[in-house]
Amino acid sequence: MFELLWLIPALPLAGFIVLALLGGVLAKRAVALVGAGSVGAAAIVSMGAAVEFISAPPPANSVTQVLWAWMEVGLLRPHVALYLDALSVTIVLVVTVVGFLILLYSAEFMGDDESYARFFAYMDLFVGSMLILVLADNLLFLYLGWEGVGLCSYLLIGFWYKERENSRAAMKAFIVTRVGDVGLAVGLFFIFSSLGTLHIQDVMHRAAQEWAVGSTAAMLAAALLLCGAVGKSAQVPLQTWLPDAMAGPTPVSALIHAATMVTAGVYLIARTNGLFSLAPAVQSVVALIGVATLLLGGLSALAQRDIKRVLAYSTMSQIGYMFLALGVGAWSAAIFHFATHAFFKALLFLGAGSVLLATDEQRDMTKLGGLRADMPYTFWTFVVGASSLAALPLVTAGFYSKDMMLWNAWTSPMGSPWLWLGGALGALITGLYAFRMVFLTFLGERKTAVIRRPGLVMYVPMGILAALSIFSGFLETPGWLGGMDYLSPFLGTALPGLPHPSMQPAMEFFLQGLTSLLCVSGVLAAYFLFVSRPDVPERIAASKSGAWFREFWFFGWGFDRAYELIVVKPFVWIALVNRDDVVDSVFTELARVNEALYSDLSETQTGKLRNYAFGMAAGAALAIGIMVLL
Amino acid sequence: MAQVPMEHGLYVAGLLFCLGLLGVLVRRDLLFVLMSIEIMLNAAGMAFVVAGAGWQQPDGQIMFIFILTMAAAEVAIGLALIVQFHHHFKTLDADAARRMRG
Repeated sequence: MFELLWLIPALPLAGFIVLALLGGVLAKRAVALVGAGSVGAAAIVSMGAAVEFISAPPPANSVTQVLWAWMEVGLLRPHVALYLDALSVTIVLVVTVVGFLILLYSAEFMGDDESYARFFAYMDLFVGSMLILVLADNLLFLYLGWEGVGLCSYLLIGFWYKERENSRAAMKAFIVTRVGDVGLAVGLFFIFSSLGTLHIQDVMHRAAQEWAVGSTAAMLAAALLLCGAVGKSAQVPLQTWLPDAMAGPTPVSALIHAATMVTAGVYLIARTNGLFSLAPAVQSVVALIGVATLLLGGLSALAQRDIKRVLAYSTMSQIGYMFLALGVGAWSAAIFHFATHAFFKALLFLGAGSVLLATDEQRDMTKLGGLRADMPYTFWTFVVGASSLAALPLVTAGFYSKDMMLWNAWTSPMGSPWLWLGGALGALITGLYAFRMVFLTFLGERKTAVIRRPGLVMYVPMGILAALSIFSGFLETPGWLGGMDYLSPFLGTALPGLPHPSMQPAMEFFLQGLTSLLCVSGVLAAYFLFVSRPDVPERIAASKSGAWFREFWFFGWGFDRAYELIVVKPFVWIALVNRDDVVDSVFTELARVNEALYSDLSETQTGKLRNYAFGMAAGAALAIGIMVLL
Repeated sequence: MAQVPMEHGLYVAGLLFCLGLLGVLVRRDLLFVLMSIEIMLNAAGMAFVVAGAGWQQPDGQIMFIFILTMAAAEVAIGLALIVQFHHHFKTLDADAARRMRG
């Protein structure tokens, strides 16, 4: 089965090529078959690989498949090679399965779109790039996938490119992530110049030998990689592109948020965990960025009216949790939350997509409401997703993954109660905004008529994702709840584990109780505020400080405005002033002088035989004169 | 018979050459241009002959025969071109063929 590893990224890429070349002539049914089928086939291959990986672990718990040598320039010998270990097998499985479900859903969701083939071509390329990113065995190949993902996000966010706003959002996503990507590229240069290799396992191996813990080189390398991760994963301070990225079709948002793109940063940090372990200060920054983002995202989500923007901010916030876990060294917990988050966030986006389809793109939640009666299936799956997002205790997957991360945030050697407190507060806010969204959209009086109900092709993926959003949590349960641990020992073969916490089980139980209480109180507060007493939030919003906070959170803490002021405006000003390009003027001047000489000399070309003869005679006389006189 | 000094012969040849050149430069009629070119060729030939006589060498006269041959060929081609020119422009004015200017 491992010999077929190359098929996993190759199948979606083949799907892309077929659709790009033949998209115009294929029937819609065939396009959907190629588009979703190629990713589905990749999912089957990765399932096979995962089963074999678990049942008969390969030697050293990793498989490398070298396809060919990419290039050989001095020491730089990157291979086009795939590396499969517990980490990549987990992520590949999630990416292909969730990607397939989203594509299946899109087959119906995008049914009326005229650019049906273009959509599936981009989506296939997106999944293929993400799989290259995850399976790459060296950082250069990873970077190829990384940029491919960035390109596809641009293409898909601006999918409906005829609207100016959409193109703007696409460019914003591309440019803001580019800021981080520059850091990543410089990081690769630095790693190669100081360690002489880009092969990920070799890099970590040599770094551990050559760099001391906390040395400048290790810190620099980790910080530069973090730059890239922050940009891709929409963390503070490069988070501003994510809410605007909602301009794309809803399945695109689902794919970006659940399976591809934003989780790439989490993967990068987990993949290069050896470098981050050598730079404890940078790792603490990762945790701080995580806490800052999860609170910022959560509070911003609370003030949004657009249902998709709520989800966007919630993704930001959930990735913040993953960063928190990465920052305290809880690599497995972060990957666990990556998986559960992929399931419930994809589910929520697909649910939101169904709502938008039913109400003709009515995104404003204050104008929705009462959809429960018309769309019971969407309602219940959406509730499952929102519960998992809010981490409702015991029954949802989100609870187990979030609980594991928060527990580690306190108990790990790098953790602290303050980080836990930030995460726990975030849990309260998550419950509040998740169910605010549910209540505003599905309960209350109906304000928008339902014009269309999703069909079976959309129901099936939502059902599967809802099941996954509940049951994937039981892979890993706390000690007093059966103590199941399937995932962390498995991931432990690829990622370093944490020392056994010294804290009492009673304390663990107490902390879990506390976080559960916070989640539930968030949900109850949402019920109180938005169902039973809808006048209360209105009164809060009407008060002066309430209005200020609402405004502040609504615009994502003013980051966009600040960047507009600090970066965009000066840049545009410089561009305007320098319209004729100072540097270029040297060359235009050169061209102008040449042109003048040319036009002067062309005057001599009179077409008169006598003038030419005179020229020749004068030239000859001059030559003879020089010869005679000198 | 008093020997004519070589310098005198060369002066005459130089004068003849300059006259020919002047003719090429000032005449517009192609026929005269061609004739002026002939004069220049003959001036060169004369210089060879004078020099050959002065140094008592046969090379000068051999060179003159070459020049004569070349001049014959040149006249044949030149006249043919002039006939075509006249056929085309209905004139022999060299300035009529200025269309390629610039």
